[in-house]
Amino acid sequence: MRYLARRLAHGLLVLVGISILSFVFTGLAPGDFLSDVRLDPRLSRETMAALRARYRLDQPLPRRYLDWVRSVSRGELGFSLAYNQPVASLLWPRARNTLFLTVPATTLAWLIAVPLGAWSASRPGRWGDRLCALITTALLAVPEPLLVIGLLVIAVRTGAFPTGGRVSDGFGDLGHWQQTADLAAHLFLPVIALVVMLLPILVRHVRASLIDVLSAPFILAARGRGVPPRRLIFRDALRAASNPLISLLGLSIGALLSTSLVVETIMGWPGLGPLLLDAIAARDLHVVIGAVLCSSVLLLTGNLIADGLLYLADPRIRSDNA
Amino acid sequence: MTVASRPIAVRLGLLSALYAAVLLAGPIAPDAPGSQHRDLPFAPPTRLHVEATLRPLHLRPFVYRMVARPGRPDEYEEDLGRRYPVHFLIHGARYTVAGMIGADRHLFGVDAPATIFLFGSDQFGRDLFSRVLFGGQISLVAGALGAGLALMVAVALGALAGFYGGWVDEAIMRTAELVLALPWLYLLLAIRSLLPLHLDPARAFLLIVTVLGIVGWARPARLIRGVVRSGRRREHVVAARASGATDLYLLWRHVLPQTSGLLVTQLAVLIPQYILAEITLSFLGLGVGEPAPSWGALLAAAQRYEVLSSYWWMLLPGFALVPVFLLYHALANALHRAQEPLA
Repeated sequence: MRYLARRLAHGLLVLVGISILSFVFTGLAPGDFLSDVRLDPRLSRETMAALRARYRLDQPLPRRYLDWVRSVSRGELGFSLAYNQPVASLLWPRARNTLFLTVPATTLAWLIAVPLGAWSASRPGRWGDRLCALITTALLAVPEPLLVIGLLVIAVRTGAFPTGGRVSDGFGDLGHWQQTADLAAHLFLPVIALVVMLLPILVRHVRASLIDVLSAPFILAARGRGVPPRRLIFRDALRAASNPLISLLGLSIGALLSTSLVVETIMGWPGLGPLLLDAIAARDLHVVIGAVLCSSVLLLTGNLIADGLLYLADPRIRSDNA
Repeated sequence: MTVASRPIAVRLGLLSALYAAVLLAGPIAPDAPGSQHRDLPFAPPTRLHVEATLRPLHLRPFVYRMVARPGRPDEYEEDLGRRYPVHFLIHGARYTVAGMIGADRHLFGVDAPATIFLFGSDQFGRDLFSRVLFGGQISLVAGALGAGLALMVAVALGALAGFYGGWVDEAIMRTAELVLALPWLYLLLAIRSLLPLHLDPARAFLLIVTVLGIVGWARPARLIRGVVRSGRRREHVVAARASGATDLYLLWRHVLPQTSGLLVTQLAVLIPQYILAEITLSFLGLGVGEPAPSWGALLAAAQRYEVLSSYWWMLLPGFALVPVFLLYHALANALHRAQEPLA
């Protein structure tokens, strides 16, 4: 358990580091939230100065950082000048929506990738394996925006799926089951987009790490004793290959969140991505910092979960850190 | 090595051809990237016809002029009244190659008032094929320059960290950890958010290259640090140090050359990622925008609902990326294999 506690403390330190760095960089950047407002000729210089003082934009950088830290301790994560409310109340529903998209997508992608990779690894060089390699190579070469727009074309042409948003109009009037169905229909395309982007990398890694394990002597010994091939792969080889795969789970989360940003933006899913883009356009710094930190929290949490799984799966880590 | 180097040479050759086509967009494209045909918005790809006679043997491609269908301004039909032959090395819009040589000869084209839109036209009646070629100058070059810059930063920092160790190593690697704790697109956008929103294309291009260079050093720096750390303990390096070589000489002559294989592979891995990064930024409206034809901006135009439902050719610019990515991935694979002959 000490191992996990240490990873957690490390993650928190990283977050503090990121927050300090982002404040230093924002201090270096030209312009602030009021630079665009300044163009309005009806605002006098005094009004501007008053606004600046009210939003505390005239304070020196360390002072602003301390203000922000105080607001974090109140659970507000700073104040959004564009929305005129604490950042936290903006952030949580958006982060929840992003999780709502990425968690099913990751689960689904792994559920497909492990059997597919195992199947491919069990017949290296045969036509099934080659077909699999061909398809993953092709999918890797498709840029994210193109894939998402392609899915949208299908949605528009067939009319079978909603083309954007999280729920339909009048969602509140629907019954419980209809609400679930409506949500599922809206989730379908974005989740498919994420799964298709994630799948080729996962399948390739599952295949590669299984092929490594399958050439190990203990597999040969088990095969010699007559362990059936399916059990050999799914029980013995997969367990031995779990270490690099769990590390991959942690690593893939960063890519997943980045892809999710593109998918959310194109498909109008109200997650963290569109919030960040709007905040950048409005120069709403606390929201930018909040969204970036939030993405980092999601990434680090994912890594922590991977660390925990690794701790459970690999006795070597337990004994090293006992 | 000779067996392994053949696929590398083939892939490098094909990639060079792609880059050459994009850099020579001026003479290859039939039209200037910004020239508009306001009477032909959203025209579908022009159909090429061939006029063939057997004796004397003679093949000549030609097109018909596109005209709006009467009463339906968004639909086109071919005006069968007159054939416009496709001319090769025809005089057309002026351009400059590499900013120096001015010319007006185009590889192919047709006489006005006919037009030749191989990939169709966009909402202003601009030739998409020409825009894809010119857009490659932005997207492909920004990716390559950004990756080169990132790798240079990575070499400098990774070498420092690996060679000196101690607090230098600690400081650089802790910073790298901070950078890696952010999803790459969030990091990219965070840095982009510090720069002015609206930029003219030339400055946006330079800024994007710089931002890409700043953002991407962490992961390669870790790899380079590892190679340098083990490399500085090699016998020939220790021997050179004992005979009085300075740190700089040691690094430059004996340690850094050991990273060359890693650098080449990393370049092949990073460039496509950076091309995608530039395209994503421009797609989101935070990169090189109108009127410059970046591939990201071209794809962004395909998001509109009426485009999705009716104008399929607006998606063609997105497919320009596919061969580029395929070639870079194949090149990276071949380089990997060449360096690990047993694997």
